[in-house]
Amino acid sequence: MTENINTAPHRGVPLWAQIIIWAFLVGLLAIVAIGLNRSQQGTVQPGDKIKDFSLPLFSGYELNGKSQFDLADHRGKVVVINFWASWCKPCEQEAANLENAWKLYEPSGEVVFLGVDYVDTEPEARAYLKKFGITFANGPDVGTKVSQLFRIKGVPETYFIDKDGVLRYVQIGPFVDKVDSQGNVVMDGVSQIQVIIDPLLK
Amino acid sequence: MKNYLRITHYALLAIGLALLFTAQRNQTALAQNPTPTDDEVNRIAHQLYCPVCENTPLDVCPTEACRQWRDLIRQQLSQGWTEDQIKQYFIDQYGVRVVGEPPRTGLNWLVYILPPAIILAGAILLFRALRAWTKPSTTAAAPRSKKEAPKDEYVARLEEELKKRK
Repeated sequence: MTENINTAPHRGVPLWAQIIIWAFLVGLLAIVAIGLNRSQQGTVQPGDKIKDFSLPLFSGYELNGKSQFDLADHRGKVVVINFWASWCKPCEQEAANLENAWKLYEPSGEVVFLGVDYVDTEPEARAYLKKFGITFANGPDVGTKVSQLFRIKGVPETYFIDKDGVLRYVQIGPFVDKVDSQGNVVMDGVSQIQVIIDPLLK
Repeated sequence: MKNYLRITHYALLAIGLALLFTAQRNQTALAQNPTPTDDEVNRIAHQLYCPVCENTPLDVCPTEACRQWRDLIRQQLSQGWTEDQIKQYFIDQYGVRVVGEPPRTGLNWLVYILPPAIILAGAILLFRALRAWTKPSTTAAAPRSKKEAPKDEYVARLEEELKKRK
């Protein structure tokens, strides 16, 4: 009779290797979890304090003679930030409304409009601005830093920041005239913008 | 007559020089602004990705944004930009996500180091495991004499019972 009794010492993975492997796996899972969490986050939400940022401005579209926009310089004012691109057709629908709204508030000096040109080429961006007669400050989102700060999901998107630097309203999509079932204009795009800005001025 | 010939001679010389200068200028202009072919543009566009659609290389992307970008590449090539300069411009303007492979800097190195390191570690572990499984144990299944048998009460009883049944 034979006996299958294995008395050899257990030859597994060394303890130090096991610790490293498990630490690595946990770290990897943490990175994946953070990435997933970030990707599932929507845009910044109303109530969020917006971090200060800078944006270079196109020549001819400077603000108060400055070739760079700094959010920190505009505390005490309502700031309207519109993300757009020349290749974006819905952006064209609201371009005139934004410009008209800017013209309404420009004399008061209490509201600042800023156009952020998202992943665009400068010649096309300039042609777009000229085509729609845009006069408010505009600049390219170099390195997509500003759009990442706002975590935009597309263009156009418009963000309304109050005098304290807190985000108060997010418009996803263009400001276009609202019509009823009969095709009558219920509220035009400019009025929609006014409805958002006016309470922030009080 | 002599003066007439001299004037004609100088005039011909001047015309010749003018033609030579014009030809040289045109040749220089052509050399500075060669029109890049679609293949040249697409060779670079293939390494870049559409910024507004998911995982679509720029050379096959049908959107308006991509068309503008390809035009920009063509323009930069005609201005004598190198491939690296063009790619760097796009990274600076639109972020690293426009390139197919992350730049080899900082934490990005993990992308290049980790996968082969994990594969190597896995191969080592697999090799060790296979060797342990296939290597016959020197102590296993070895015949033992009665003297060497362990004094296990249960085994002893079992053997006794088996003997009785035979």
